[in-house]
Amino acid sequence: MGSWANFIQKLTGKTQTKDVAKERLKFVLFHDRSEIPPALVDVIKDEIIAVLDKYLDIDQTKMDVELTRLDDDTRTTASALVASIPIKGVKKLQ
Amino acid sequence: MGEAIVITSGKGGVGKTTATANIGTGLAMHGHKVVLVDADIGLRNLDVVIGLENRIVYDIVDVVEGTCKLKNALIKDKKTEGLYLLPAAQTRDKTAVSSEQMTTLINELKEEFDFVLIDCPAGIEHGFKNAIVAADKAIVVTVPEVSAVRDADRIIGLLLANEVSYVRLIINRLRKDMIDAGNMLDIDDTLEILSVDLLGIVPEDSDIIRSSNIGEPVIIKAESPSGIAFRNIVARILGENVPLMELKKEPAGFFASIKKLFSRKQV
Repeated sequence: MGSWANFIQKLTGKTQTKDVAKERLKFVLFHDRSEIPPALVDVIKDEIIAVLDKYLDIDQTKMDVELTRLDDDTRTTASALVASIPIKGVKKLQ
Repeated sequence: MGEAIVITSGKGGVGKTTATANIGTGLAMHGHKVVLVDADIGLRNLDVVIGLENRIVYDIVDVVEGTCKLKNALIKDKKTEGLYLLPAAQTRDKTAVSSEQMTTLINELKEEFDFVLIDCPAGIEHGFKNAIVAADKAIVVTVPEVSAVRDADRIIGLLLANEVSYVRLIINRLRKDMIDAGNMLDIDDTLEILSVDLLGIVPEDSDIIRSSNIGEPVIIKAESPSGIAFRNIVARILGENVPLMELKKEPAGFFASIKKLFSRKQV
């Protein structure tokens, strides 16, 4: 997570380590509470690309697959998998 | 009928025992009859923090095994009227007491005392389960540090899942110098992350170590910030609306000491 520290350093000119801590904790707790392992989303993303790639020409550089919280305020674990996948075209099926 | 409050944290070393000792002493100082129950069997510490280590004859395991009656194991604190301790066993482990035995014991204590404060061991295993089984309310203690907050979150989840629905947070060991420098999670950060109601805060204070050296909880003299913080926490438990104390930098050095001599006590 060193990239987080770099990001904040670029924005503010100095490292506010507590902001890094806060973001890391939110990430970790979200996954702890929902029992979805943090790296599982990446695995799912790769498999989605493989399936779509059979039928559609998708822009892999601009696609995004994310696990988001449905309710920011409470301890609920309700979440949604949100995918945004730009389609360049349809593949001709053989 | 009294109420049973468990003081827990998940993470070890964040201040559960210190909080139990100070809150219990404070409630007794207000005239209530309070018993402190050390549920950390095998690693007892409540006795030494409160200065009653040389008065232990029987312990909680003796009581549940029938070796002695409950009243024989209770130690009456001579410094604070109305304060009692039920010590843990030191030579056994947490499997020595079952959940049923713990429930019976706590219910028996609730009939005699206004407050039953249970000092929970670290972890989430048998010791934790025993400590929470008969609790009406829970106080979760944490420090503003990544591992502790993560563990506190897990503990809060387990408490809610085990039908302890009244959960309040104490944030311990806050350091104003680090908060100002942006290197420590502040109160709002911690509350935002944990989504739980705040009971109170306690600043980092070297007086805590001095107090446990001599076995006298800081709340008794309340000369130091942590002592004042615990007094505020006790007042809130008793229903008073006390605003959060302002964090001050822990002073150091010669001139700071002189300044402290002439400054007025913070109320």
